[in-house]
Amino acid sequence: MTARLEVTGLRVRFDTDEGSVLAANGVSFSLRPGGVLGLVGESGCGKSVTAMAVLGLLPPTATSEGSVRLDGEEIAGLPPRRMRRIRGREISMIFQEPMTSLNPAFTVGYQIAEVLRRHEGLTRDQARVRAAELLDLVRIPEPGKRVGEFPHQLSGGMRQRVMIAMAVACNPKVLLADEPTTALDVTIQAQVLDIMRDLRAQLGTSIVLITHDLGVVADIADDVVVMYAGHVVESGAVDTVFAGPRHPYTIGLLGSVPRPDLGLDDGRGRLREIPGFVPTLREPPGACVFAPRCPRADALCQERMPPLEEQAPGQYAACVHPGGHAHE
Amino acid sequence: MTATAAPAARPRTRGGRTRRKFLRRPPAVIGLAGVVIAIAVAVFAPWIAPYDPDTVQPATILSAPFTGGHLLGTDDLGRDILSQIVFGARASLASGVLATLLGLLVAVPIGLLAGYYRGWRDSAISRVIDVVLSFPFLVIAVGLAAILGPSLLNEVIALAVAQVPVFVRVVRGEVLGLRELEYVEAAVVNGAPDRVVLVRHILPNTLNPLVVQATVAIPTAIIGASVLSFLGLGEQPPTPSWGTMLSDAQQYIAQAPWFAVFPGLAIALTTLSFNLFGDGLRDVLDVRMRS
Amino acid sequence: MSWYVLRRVGTSLITLFGATIVVFLGVRALPGDPAVALSPENNDPAVLHAIRVRYGLDQPLPTQYVVWLGHALRGDLGTSPKTGLPVTQTLLERVPITLELALLALLIAVAIGVPAGIVAAVRRGSLPDYLCSTAALGGLSVPHFWLGILLILAFAVHFPIFPASGFVPITDPAGNLMHMALPAIVLGTGLTAVIMRQMRSAMLDSLGADYVRTARAKGMTEWKVVGVHALRNSLITVVTVVGLQLGVLISGAVITEQIFIIPGIGKLTLDSVFNRDYPSLQGVVLITATGYIVANLLVDLTYSLLNPRIRIAGGAR
Repeated sequence: MTARLEVTGLRVRFDTDEGSVLAANGVSFSLRPGGVLGLVGESGCGKSVTAMAVLGLLPPTATSEGSVRLDGEEIAGLPPRRMRRIRGREISMIFQEPMTSLNPAFTVGYQIAEVLRRHEGLTRDQARVRAAELLDLVRIPEPGKRVGEFPHQLSGGMRQRVMIAMAVACNPKVLLADEPTTALDVTIQAQVLDIMRDLRAQLGTSIVLITHDLGVVADIADDVVVMYAGHVVESGAVDTVFAGPRHPYTIGLLGSVPRPDLGLDDGRGRLREIPGFVPTLREPPGACVFAPRCPRADALCQERMPPLEEQAPGQYAACVHPGGHAHE
Repeated sequence: MTATAAPAARPRTRGGRTRRKFLRRPPAVIGLAGVVIAIAVAVFAPWIAPYDPDTVQPATILSAPFTGGHLLGTDDLGRDILSQIVFGARASLASGVLATLLGLLVAVPIGLLAGYYRGWRDSAISRVIDVVLSFPFLVIAVGLAAILGPSLLNEVIALAVAQVPVFVRVVRGEVLGLRELEYVEAAVVNGAPDRVVLVRHILPNTLNPLVVQATVAIPTAIIGASVLSFLGLGEQPPTPSWGTMLSDAQQYIAQAPWFAVFPGLAIALTTLSFNLFGDGLRDVLDVRMRS
Repeated sequence: MSWYVLRRVGTSLITLFGATIVVFLGVRALPGDPAVALSPENNDPAVLHAIRVRYGLDQPLPTQYVVWLGHALRGDLGTSPKTGLPVTQTLLERVPITLELALLALLIAVAIGVPAGIVAAVRRGSLPDYLCSTAALGGLSVPHFWLGILLILAFAVHFPIFPASGFVPITDPAGNLMHMALPAIVLGTGLTAVIMRQMRSAMLDSLGADYVRTARAKGMTEWKVVGVHALRNSLITVVTVVGLQLGVLISGAVITEQIFIIPGIGKLTLDSVFNRDYPSLQGVVLITATGYIVANLLVDLTYSLLNPRIRIAGGAR
């Protein structure tokens, strides 16, 4: 079965005042049709940059290389006009900050209708009607009234739902969701995730969910890709990876999740953090990027960055000392 | 992509990074160069000027550039234009810089007061500032200069007063934003007296926007100074001044057009340099004026 | 919303009141005895005293102020000792001239500045951007009066296209525009620069905003992204800034009218200062300040109208 979205060897380089920064280095993953892929990592690990690169939304100071295939067809490096036909229609994206991601000068209905008129050729009236339907789809009460309101009149959760409505308006094959729930209250988070689950069921949309929240990934994702400092360090089915993580970073991440159910005495209930900071890459690394913070690091780890290798059926990790527990 | 060798040591200090950012922008560097040149010309005027600017030579009045050993020609009294411009830099730069400094000195405490304490102090100060600002910059400057009488000192005072309202607004705006910050609240809660909070916590953070504003205010003051001299309200002859030169030149425009070109060019280039420098500084310090 | 309007108008009135005091005291502070100025040939103290009584100059200052203000509110700004004409009449003749000059300057500035700013923002960091930005800085740095002299040199002396100075009333549109062309260019240069920079800055902000990223992610064409999404939010900023440039325009008008000998209120200001024509000076500065305060008020109110946040939520700040 062809993957819905297949990313191979994605590299993104930024030209900054301090020199060239490699934000994503050789990122690869595949999204199955109708599946939900969780893209996980700390701030600055390159997950957002990866998503932006897929849609060709990087700023002019960035250059990217690598392959991105939608249903087998290469879309990386397409001319801008072709890319614009894909955005919003075949691949959509929603962002983290619902407060600022909507244009304050236009009504919510206008902004949804815009997508419909652009890609599906609807008239103004048709689009307005459809916009109200979409607001209803994302469970916004009184959709007919809300269509004429401005973003600042809506709550954060509602704004995010408007974003989702805009994103699925043309029934895209893939939805890229960049930390959609991070800026929202926990209760609203659950609602938004529910809506996304529904959409996947009703419309068959495949979703790439970018987040640093492991709970959300465990909740809704089928597969997971763990990123660190621009590299993919582990990937596989969610159940497998969470039950038996192979890369020390993943182990560390899972170990740092608060577990109120475990006691404090046996050591497993204590909150373990990973010491150190995420590095900013300036040139291709000569050693494993996680080595400075890894409890297992040794001379072997300093030789080169380990490639992603299959550790168990369907589970990949980039480590020369995979498996087991970190603190032993 | 081949792995590069160990990278050259990149500056880790904030000052070093700022300097590097600045140097990456050609217009800013050009501006800085211009400012340095202007200041150097003013300071080293006696050594740079080929002639004494006050020497009157009736025989060679209004001679064209490149004639008779005068690079830029002579004015209506036979004085060398180049030397006058070189010495004129002193008056212009002095006025511009002093007026701005004086304005800052007065405006910063007022702005701090208004922004930090708010209440009736703020209302009163804001109303006064509004009133002063309802008069255009030049009207204030010209009016004050006319009232005080023509002299370099009065020119500086008039310009400084005209600068004060804008500075007060900038400071006040910054303080309004800063006082809401948590570390300021923390300092207050910990019992720090107002004076300490203002000087140690708030004031340092107003410096960046103020510096940028100052680099824009100096050229405004320089132009203001030349307008005042143009109108005869600034420093008096025989002190050389770009503004007075232009005013003289206006009469002889048909016979000696170059006379009008050079002093104005000097003003324009100096002002442009300050503006370029100020723009670059604003970019690099990433100042967003809280309005 | 109306609460905001009321408060804003109230503030403006207070400011206006303060301005009248400043005008009054400022004029009185000018060196020279007004009585002497009113009748410069006369040295006889008795005559001077009579003049003072006649013009109410012997009254205490507050009384003089109230008298003057009272007259002003009724539209009587006194008589100019220089021309013998009522100040109000002179102002009524001259204000439209300066307004025409300012309007022409504004037209030039908007026509050039807005597109230039948009282009510079969209093509940031490229040659057009550097050119426009440097030209704008140049426009800001150039002293008005020098530019005026240069233009006269170029287009009136060497290539006689435009008249060097003088004014022709609007009854002769062609002549009027020919005489206004150079002054309008001079006055408009600084304004063009400001508008271009503000437009560029506002567009850069808008283009970097999240909602523009969203618009691009929706697959909108660049025309729509720049021309609709970014521009709408930038215009609000720019309009308010332009409104506040009125003061700068008037500053510039003073010098420009002087150089090109245009009989507007700018020239009147300078002339009255040098002629010690106090009633005229008071009148013209008062009108200028009032105009500026009113303009500010209108700009603020327009801004609150344009910004949906304030309009709908009725937000008081």
